[in-house]
Amino acid sequence: MGRIVIRRLASALPIMAIVSVITFAMIHLIPGDPAVAIAGLSATAEQLETIRRDLGLDQPVLTQLWRWYANVLRGDLGRSLLLGQPVVQVMTQRLQVTLALSAYALVLTLLLGLTAGIVAALRQNTWIDQAAMVFAMIGISLPNFWLGLLMIILFAVDLRWLPTGGYIPLTADPLGWLATSTMPAVSLALLQAGLLARITRSTMLEVLRQDYIRTARAKGLPNRVVVMKHALANALIPIVTVLGIIVSLLISGSVVTETLFSIPGVGQLLTQAVLNRDYPMVQGGLLMTTALLVLVNIAVEVCYALLDPRVRTDGS
Amino acid sequence: MSLLEVRDLTTVFRTGRGEVTAVEDISFDLAEGEVLGIVGESGSGKSVTALTIMGLLPRPTARIRSGAIRFGGEDLTRLPESRMQRIRGPGIAMVFQEPMTSLNPVFSIGDQIMETIRAHEPLSPRAAFSRAVAMLEKVGIASAATRMADYPHQLSGGQRQRVMLAIALVCRPRVLIADEPTTALDVTIQAQILDLLLDLRDELGMAIILITHNMGVIAETADRVLVMYAGRIAEEAPVAGLFDAPLHPYTNGLLECVPSLTEDRARLVAIPGTLPEAHRRPPGCRYAPRCPLAAADCGHGLPPLRALVPGHRAACLRIAPS
Repeated sequence: MGRIVIRRLASALPIMAIVSVITFAMIHLIPGDPAVAIAGLSATAEQLETIRRDLGLDQPVLTQLWRWYANVLRGDLGRSLLLGQPVVQVMTQRLQVTLALSAYALVLTLLLGLTAGIVAALRQNTWIDQAAMVFAMIGISLPNFWLGLLMIILFAVDLRWLPTGGYIPLTADPLGWLATSTMPAVSLALLQAGLLARITRSTMLEVLRQDYIRTARAKGLPNRVVVMKHALANALIPIVTVLGIIVSLLISGSVVTETLFSIPGVGQLLTQAVLNRDYPMVQGGLLMTTALLVLVNIAVEVCYALLDPRVRTDGS
Repeated sequence: MSLLEVRDLTTVFRTGRGEVTAVEDISFDLAEGEVLGIVGESGSGKSVTALTIMGLLPRPTARIRSGAIRFGGEDLTRLPESRMQRIRGPGIAMVFQEPMTSLNPVFSIGDQIMETIRAHEPLSPRAAFSRAVAMLEKVGIASAATRMADYPHQLSGGQRQRVMLAIALVCRPRVLIADEPTTALDVTIQAQILDLLLDLRDELGMAIILITHNMGVIAETADRVLVMYAGRIAEEAPVAGLFDAPLHPYTNGLLECVPSLTEDRARLVAIPGTLPEAHRRPPGCRYAPRCPLAAADCGHGLPPLRALVPGHRAACLRIAPS
């Protein structure tokens, strides 16, 4: 088990090396002079010079790359031009918000998606199955910003049950966190839940046809055990693959949702950074987000090994 | 008094072409400790008969249209699912044809045996463990206690079928249905598994329904034989009677197909034609289109299953009672 974790972590190193080069190169890929791009056409020569010096753009490219790596390895991703704070510090604060929201959305996705998928598979071709799949289709088809807007109109403006936006940290006030996070989490989760429901249904149908399910029934096991133990344990293997993608989508989907609900998360931070040409922020933010997604994928691989003994024994 | 009585059992499947009859008017008895062989081609209804008895028909595609299955004073066709669950295992157990896919790949074999025990008996985990180990030893798995933690993919086909047997037998069933238990295995392993079945029958005192298309397996293991053709019983006889004096022309055909080492034959014998599909069965005797003895009246009405010799029944108009 530990061996699998170590091997996956090692295989993540080249990915991170490539991503770090790409994020480094970003500033050199800006059309024209990056300093002008950042400061605007009306900037004075002095201002441009300061920006170049701050970003190290006056150095040879290889020296810049070397510095970038040396800093990255020391955990220093530079300072945000806009906020004046270290990128790592800002990102860490904002990641807590985004991760809390994503986790909430993930829990909703799992509850809705797995339940709907399993029930639909067990009641294949009945009205329950069809209703579940219609809702899944609606969830997949509705753009989540539009859904978010509708929820704001209904629950915040008309019914006044929830605030229209803003964010209260979970650690400060759990109920306040629920109030501010529920609509964003639901609007994030519905799309993913629809996706998960469809995948769960088709995998469960596939698994329920297998010979070992017949064996489980022939042993006299109650239906509940046959479905929730024997079928689900096998269906989870393909489902976990999709879950990895879903987590990535939840984190990246937060860009729109956080803007809509004015939540100070990574999505909002990076959107602002891009609009304001805060290149150190964009570089560092991308690198950290990528690292996070690589970790999610490693977690998925580890889940495979936990779920499937055939993967586990291959590794030893 | 029979252990299991099947009476006029008819099972139908819903298909795109309407309902088709997979098993029709099947009746037979199974005595304590008896080995009843069921032979027939693929599609003759052997496995559907077994699944019907087990109450494992695919729902809602298949249903029992009529008939009764009497076991332990109850009619299994009328039992609710919850009651049926308590019969599967300690009452009637089943081993399947596909040892490679019949075990759940993500649970250890020990877990799969122990959960069977604990589904039916209030045993402590420790007691269930030692009972499972004992059963594994009985079915011939060496160093059983350490193999308990193995997963199915770590076992060979023959070992997996032994584990399947252990699962089926661990609750000491009164009837074991073995649906082509050796078809997927090497010939040497086949013989071992069949010997094991017979040994365990003697040791545990259960009755066995052995489903196969292999006449050799029947000759070696069965006490009595049902020959099925196109969903119906063509012939029923004690094993000696069937091989020495087969009555039904289909049984004759089957026996002639068995290659012999002593005879000098230029080519293998086969019954001409194919088993009619379930929705394209001929009127009258199902076998008539392939039957060398068929006459005009064979095409009118199904031939009844008659006791032509005491204890030996056949459904054929061309055979006169002796």
